[in-house]
Amino acid sequence: MKIAILSDIHNNLEALQSCLAHAAAQGAEQFVFLGDIVGYGADPLACLDIIETLVKQGAVAVKGNHDEAVLSGLCERMNFSARDAIYWTRAQLGQKELAFLQSLPMFVKNGDTLYVHASADRPERWNYITGARDAGRCIKAAGTAFTFAGHVHHPVLYYVSNHEAPRAFQPTPGMPIPIFPHRQWLAIVGSVGQPRDGNNAASYVILDRQQSTLTFFRVPYDYISAEKKIMAAGLPHRLALRLESGH
Amino acid sequence: MATIYRVSKTDIELPLIMKIPKLAFGSHPACYVGFEVEQMILATLSGPHVPKFIAKGDMDATPYIVMEYIEGPALHDYIGKSRLDIPGIVRLVSALAAAVHDLHRQNVVHLDIKPANVLYRPTGEAVLVDFGLARHAYLPDMVEEEFHMPVGTSAYISPEQVVGRRCDPRSDIFAIGVILYQLSTGRLPFGAPTTIRGFRKRLYRDPVPPRRIAPGLPEWLQEITLHCLEVRASERYATAAQVACDLSHPEHVPLTARGARLERAGYLTAFRRWLETLWFEPPPCPAPSAHLAVAPHILVALDTTHSDEALFQALRDAVHRMVAAEKRCRITCVTVLEPSILTEEESSRELARSLYTQRLVESRHWAQPLELSAEQMRFHVLEAGDPATALLEYARAYHVDQIVMGARGSTALRRILGSVSSKVAAEAPCSVTVVRAPRAQ
Repeated sequence: MKIAILSDIHNNLEALQSCLAHAAAQGAEQFVFLGDIVGYGADPLACLDIIETLVKQGAVAVKGNHDEAVLSGLCERMNFSARDAIYWTRAQLGQKELAFLQSLPMFVKNGDTLYVHASADRPERWNYITGARDAGRCIKAAGTAFTFAGHVHHPVLYYVSNHEAPRAFQPTPGMPIPIFPHRQWLAIVGSVGQPRDGNNAASYVILDRQQSTLTFFRVPYDYISAEKKIMAAGLPHRLALRLESGH
Repeated sequence: MATIYRVSKTDIELPLIMKIPKLAFGSHPACYVGFEVEQMILATLSGPHVPKFIAKGDMDATPYIVMEYIEGPALHDYIGKSRLDIPGIVRLVSALAAAVHDLHRQNVVHLDIKPANVLYRPTGEAVLVDFGLARHAYLPDMVEEEFHMPVGTSAYISPEQVVGRRCDPRSDIFAIGVILYQLSTGRLPFGAPTTIRGFRKRLYRDPVPPRRIAPGLPEWLQEITLHCLEVRASERYATAAQVACDLSHPEHVPLTARGARLERAGYLTAFRRWLETLWFEPPPCPAPSAHLAVAPHILVALDTTHSDEALFQALRDAVHRMVAAEKRCRITCVTVLEPSILTEEESSRELARSLYTQRLVESRHWAQPLELSAEQMRFHVLEAGDPATALLEYARAYHVDQIVMGARGSTALRRILGSVSSKVAAEAPCSVTVVRAPRAQ
């Protein structure tokens, strides 16, 4: 069973479609969305429609901070362009979309695997995992062999043995990494809709349960169309430009 | 550390073994991590120089690895018996170097190359086993995570491994140097120390020159051995393929002071080097494939029988661009001599020798404006009826990364028979650049 795990779609329909097509070509049969479906981009309705349909068919989805913000949650802590995008998105959504976002859980634990948007350590605080210490707290709180998170927009894999602090590993796209359940692993899957590590290709991972491997992928997508839509919607230009630069 | 069983499966014809780690409560983490690393890395490898990976069992349930059984002999079996002759050493170690190069091409550094881990197939090809300390450039390094001191076999580990650097493919080249030293002198160059202090000694104390121990040893063999054993990785051979190539062509090995010396450096030098080790920091290393990419073996196929100065210049320009881009590349210039004139008569042999020399001189004349060092440029005359086949065989045998050759003009005859360059381009195991002289449109 191959599971495609995608995070931080951020209303980017072109990136979402490219990743789903790429995952299907890789033989993915199941999908997991790690939150932040909305925010930043110009296609909230189309993205929510695709993900809601997949969830009805058995896909897993959890809530992100942008999803919560759209649901009239507080967004005072966000920067201006993120906040503008939230207000704009909120105006686009109808009852159906809001009800779907409202229904998303904060995390999903599935046997030896935990899916969460930010960190398993007090998920509602939306803490960023930026180093081994944060990763250690998340892994400890999760208590599972495999934890998958998004939120940070930089793909990275943390791993621990029983008596050591976690170590960060920079994955090479397309290279399957054997992951054995006797260790604990935390994969930050990167962002589909707004990569920020200097590579503008969409990032997602595939977990192969049969082979016990995890593969990070980078998928080039039509960011030019996504940018044009952001401009046309009157959203902050910065949100369009960063899709091209990948920063 | 592990129990090994001979096993078989009905649908697999290969002889197989199953390796099961001996794990008990309190067992040393080395057994456990080494087994995990071997499982992880062996599954990514392929080709004749590693045992074929068949299956593995989960580490948390029943850990095991099933792989191809390699009967041997092991390189270890040749040590301690009667001293090997030079051709024997060359055969065993050049096969080993070819195997190591193939491993590096697959982005893995072995880091525990020693005679017990090198087996030979009946064909003479070397097979590397035991990947418990190996490192794959694109996978997490579990060994580094587990240990905070140098790991490896004390007699064979490189200076950079001693200071904890586990990623440089040239660490394996250092181990090849230790093996060459051991096979040719019967001694280990740095002994088999057991303390960190003892390990570090190889950073500043050079080994006794092999020719001091075994006076009959040729200079070229000492040159190759000590070239592999340089303390700084950047001063060793850039690739294991170059070691294999030099062992197979001793007459072309440029001899330096390394090959000639009979004494170790004095105590004063050793002391200066010891001081330097206090801030010895090995350079960061790129992935093995990236390292090999900047040290390519480039074969220039030269046809000096048709003097076409414009084409010669175009070939030189092409080679010049390659050298400018990759300063660590190795250029081998090859010409092919037809053996049709070779008979048993003395006059004919003499003629052949003079033709051979003539070709070498012409090749050197062609290369002279490039102003490359003897270390970087080699010249070979191959004797073969069919130049294309000879070039292809050479490229396969010596791990050539790119072939550069000239295209002669198109004639009716060549269109029918097919040109040398078209055959080479179609069948080569590597990239082929066909160079044309610029001409008026």
